Amino acid sequence: MEDPTPVLELRGISKQFPGVLANDDVDFDLRRGEIHALLGENGAGKSTLMNILYGLYKPDAGEIRLNGKRVSFGSASDAIQAGVGMVHQHFMLIPVMTVAENVVLGTEPRRGGVFLDERAAERRVSEMARTFRFSVDPSALVEDIGVGQQQRVEIMKALYRNADILILDEPTAVLTPQEASDLFEILRTLRREGISIIFISHKLNEVLEIADRITVLRRGRVIETVPAAGATHEGLARAMVGRDVLLRVEKSAANPGAAILTVENLHVLDDRELETVHGLSLEVKAGEIVGIAGIDGNGQSELVEAIVGLRRPTEGRILVNGQVITRDDPKHLIEAGVGHIPEDRHRRGLVLNFTVAENLSLHEYRRPTESRFGWLWPRRMITRARKLIGDYDVRGGGPNTTAGSLSGGNQQKVVIAREIESEPDVLVAAQPTRGLDVGAIEYVHRRLVQARDAGKGVLLVSLELEEIRSLSDRILVIYEGRIVGEYTPEASEEELGLAMTGGKRGEEVPA
Amino acid sequence: MSEPAETPEAQVPERVPFAQRYALWQRSGGIATPLATAILAFVMGGMVVLATGHNPLQTYRSIFDGSGLNWLFPWVSGAARDTAATDLQETGLLMIPLILTGLAVAFAFRCGLFNIGGQGQYIVGIVTGTQMGVWLGSVPGPVHVFIAIAAATLAGGLWGGIAGFLRATVGAHEVISTIMLNWIAIWVGTYLIGFGGPLQDHSQPGVPVSREIAPDAHLHVFWGNPFLQGLDIGFFIALAMLVVYWLLIQRTTLGFEVRAVGFSPEAARTAGMGVARNYFLAMAISGAFAGMAGALDILGWQFRLDVTTIQIASQMAFTGIAVALLGRNTAVGTLLGAVLFAALINGTSTANLDPNVFPPQLAGNLTRIIQGLVVLFIGADVLILYVWNLRRKVKIRRQPPAAPAPVAE
Repeated sequence: MEDPTPVLELRGISKQFPGVLANDDVDFDLRRGEIHALLGENGAGKSTLMNILYGLYKPDAGEIRLNGKRVSFGSASDAIQAGVGMVHQHFMLIPVMTVAENVVLGTEPRRGGVFLDERAAERRVSEMARTFRFSVDPSALVEDIGVGQQQRVEIMKALYRNADILILDEPTAVLTPQEASDLFEILRTLRREGISIIFISHKLNEVLEIADRITVLRRGRVIETVPAAGATHEGLARAMVGRDVLLRVEKSAANPGAAILTVENLHVLDDRELETVHGLSLEVKAGEIVGIAGIDGNGQSELVEAIVGLRRPTEGRILVNGQVITRDDPKHLIEAGVGHIPEDRHRRGLVLNFTVAENLSLHEYRRPTESRFGWLWPRRMITRARKLIGDYDVRGGGPNTTAGSLSGGNQQKVVIAREIESEPDVLVAAQPTRGLDVGAIEYVHRRLVQARDAGKGVLLVSLELEEIRSLSDRILVIYEGRIVGEYTPEASEEELGLAMTGGKRGEEVPA
Repeated sequence: MSEPAETPEAQVPERVPFAQRYALWQRSGGIATPLATAILAFVMGGMVVLATGHNPLQTYRSIFDGSGLNWLFPWVSGAARDTAATDLQETGLLMIPLILTGLAVAFAFRCGLFNIGGQGQYIVGIVTGTQMGVWLGSVPGPVHVFIAIAAATLAGGLWGGIAGFLRATVGAHEVISTIMLNWIAIWVGTYLIGFGGPLQDHSQPGVPVSREIAPDAHLHVFWGNPFLQGLDIGFFIALAMLVVYWLLIQRTTLGFEVRAVGFSPEAARTAGMGVARNYFLAMAISGAFAGMAGALDILGWQFRLDVTTIQIASQMAFTGIAVALLGRNTAVGTLLGAVLFAALINGTSTANLDPNVFPPQLAGNLTRIIQGLVVLFIGADVLILYVWNLRRKVKIRRQPPAAPAPVAE
C-alpha cells in the first residue's frame, strides 16, 4: 500500500491560529504522477495546509519532506524553487499583457540583458502548450481570453518554473461545466507526464471523477485517505461533515394558498441595454416553492433584479399581494413583503466590513425595534444579533465579528437570518447555495422549506437542476427570457434539460 | 472611542481577499499604525533638520515649548508659565478649525467620498459668518452668535452639498468638483471684500477687508486676554462637534446608512438605502463642519475678514485632510490629530520658535514636511488598497458570471 518514495510527505502538521486549531497533526503524502484530492468543507483547514506547503504559513509542528529530504519553506519563492506550484482561486494575472508575457513574468528570457525577448518567450510558451495540450494562443491578451483559458495560463506559469508538484485550489469554482471537463483533460495529460497534483475541492462529484486518492479533512484533522476507486458519495459526504447528509430534501406536500407574487408580461433590459426578459409571466402562491430552472444567462438575474427593485422593467407589471410594485425602489419592496437572498452575497448580500450584528440589521435598523426618529440603539441590535446567531446557527464569531471574516456558509446564514426574520410574504432566493459546502447547503434548503411551510411564497432561482428538482413544488423553465414550460418536480432530468436548452417549447404558463 | 473597541475575534478565514484583510488590520491595528506613521514622519523631519546642520532633538523640544504644551508641566513657572499659557491659547485657537475641517474630511470618508473642498466650505462659512456678525447689530448677543454660526454652518453645508448633489445625480467625481468649488469660493470671497466689493469696509477704501463684526457677536474668551487672542468658547463648540460627529456616525440611522454606503454601495442599495441621498447628505454634513469652522474663527478672534484669510489662511483646511487621515476618521483620532498639527504649526511660527535653536522661517517648512509625510505614508496605504480594488473590479467585470457550482449531491 505504502509507496516507497512519495514525492511529497507532510508529517504531523499542526497550525494554531488564535482561537482555532486549523491543522491538527495532519499527515498527507503525494506520489509521483497522481492526482490526490484534498476534500473538506469550507473551513476544514485545506487552504491552511496548502499555504503551509507553499511557504506562506509556518507550521507550529510537523515536517515537510520533498523526495525524502526534509525541507522548510520560508516563502512562496522557496516553494517555487523546490518545484511546488500553486494555482490560486483568484488568478494573479496582468490583464493587459499577453499570455506569453504573463507566463514568463519574473523569469523572462532577455536580449542584451535588458530587453524582453518576446519571440523567445512566445516560442517557449507555445512549445509548452503543445507538450501539455493546452489550447492557448501565447500572443493573446489575457483580458481577451476566457476564465478557463486564464486558468491554464496560471498552470503554465507554474510549469514554466519547473513545478513538478501542482496545487490547485478549488479550480472549478470559476469554471462552467464544459471548461471544467476541459481542465480535467489537461490534468490527466499532466499526470501522464509525471506531474503530481493536489486538487483541493469540496465537490464530491468532481473529486470522484478526477482523483486517484482522496484525503478528507474535517475541522483540521485527517478523517481518512482512500483510493477514489471504490469510494462512494455517501461515504465521503459522511466523512466530510461527520454525519449522514440528507441529500434529498425532506418535505411534505405543498399547500398553496392565494397568489402572493404575480409577474405579468415583464420586459427587462440588461446592462448592455439589450432586452433579456421578453414578456415573462409567472405566479407564486403562498406556501409553495416555485423553481426557475434554466441555463445561466437566460434572463434569470435580470428577472430577479426587476422583482426586488434593483432594475426597472421597461414593460409589464409586478404585484405583491395584489399591490402593484413594478417601479418601486428596494426599500418599499422590502416593506411590501419581498425578501431577497441575493445571487452575489459578497457584493449585495452583505456589507463585508460591517459586523454580523450590523448586517443582520440592514432592514431592521429603520424599524421601531432598533431606532426611533433616526436615533439608533446599537445595544438592541447586538441583543437581537446574539439571538439570531443562536437561532440560525451562525458559527465562527459573535455579533461584533466582521462579516467578511466568516466562512461562506456562515455568511449565507447571516443573509438568510436577516431576510427570513424581516417576515417577508415572498422570498426570492437567487443561487442561495452557490459555493457552499454540503452541510450549509442542507441547512439553506431546510430553511427554505420551513419558510414555505410557514406560508411564505418562495421563488427559487438556481442553476443547479438537482436543487430545483429536490426543493420545488412547481418548476418553471426559463429559456431566452421566457418561461417555456411548467413541470412537476417528478419531471425527468432529460425532459427539463431539453426544455432548458430550447429543445422543446412547452405551453406558456397562464399569467 | 468612535470605533467599536473590540478587536475582531480571532477568526482565521480561509482565503480572505486583501481588501478585507486590510480592513481587519486597520481596525485591529488600533492606534499603533497612526502612531507609527507620525513617529516615522517626525524621524524623517528630524533628518531634514540634521541635514541643515541643526540638532533635531533640541529643535523638537523647542517646537514643543513654542506650542505652549509645556504649560501642562507643573514645574514650568514664572514668566515661562505665562508665555506658555499664551502659546497654548494660540494652539487651542488653531485646533478649532483643524478639528472641524478634519471632521469635514472624516465624515465624507465614512461614506466613501473624498472631500477636498474643506477650503471652499470654510470660506463660504467665514464670509457668511462675518456678514451675519456685521449685520443684526440690534439682536441680543447670544442669539446673534447663534444666528451667525448657524448661517455659516448652513452655507458650508450647501457648498459641500453642491458637490454631493453632482455626485449623486450625474456622477461627477467629488474630488474634481470640490477643488473647483474651492476656486469659486476663493474668488467670489475675494471679490466680495476686495477693493470696491459690496461687503468691503467702505470707511477705509484702501484696505481689502470686511467691516468689523458687532461687539456682542464676539465669542466669550474664557482663558487669557480677550484683546490678545485668548482662547474663546469656540474651542468647546469644536469639542462638542467631535461628540456630535461620533453620535451621528455611531448612533443614528443616518450614520448607519452612510457607513454602509461607504463600505459597499451595492449592498446598501440592495438593502433599500438611497445611495444618492447618502452621498448628498454626507457631503452636505461635511461642508457644514467646515463652514462652522469659518464662523468660529471670525467670531472668536479675527472679528473682521481680510483677503489674506480667504486666499492664504484658508489653506489650513488642507491640513484637515492630514488630521482626518492620521485620526483614521474617528472622533478621538481627529482630536489627537488636531492637537498634533496645531502644536506643530504654532510651535514653528516665527513668534514662538527660539531662533537660536532653529531658524523659524525654515521651521514652518518643517511642519509642512511632516504634514506631507503623514499624508504620504497614510495615502500610500489607501493607494495600495485602491489599486487592488481597481484590479479586482476590472477582473469581475471581465469574468462571465461564475459557473454553477455543482452541488455535491
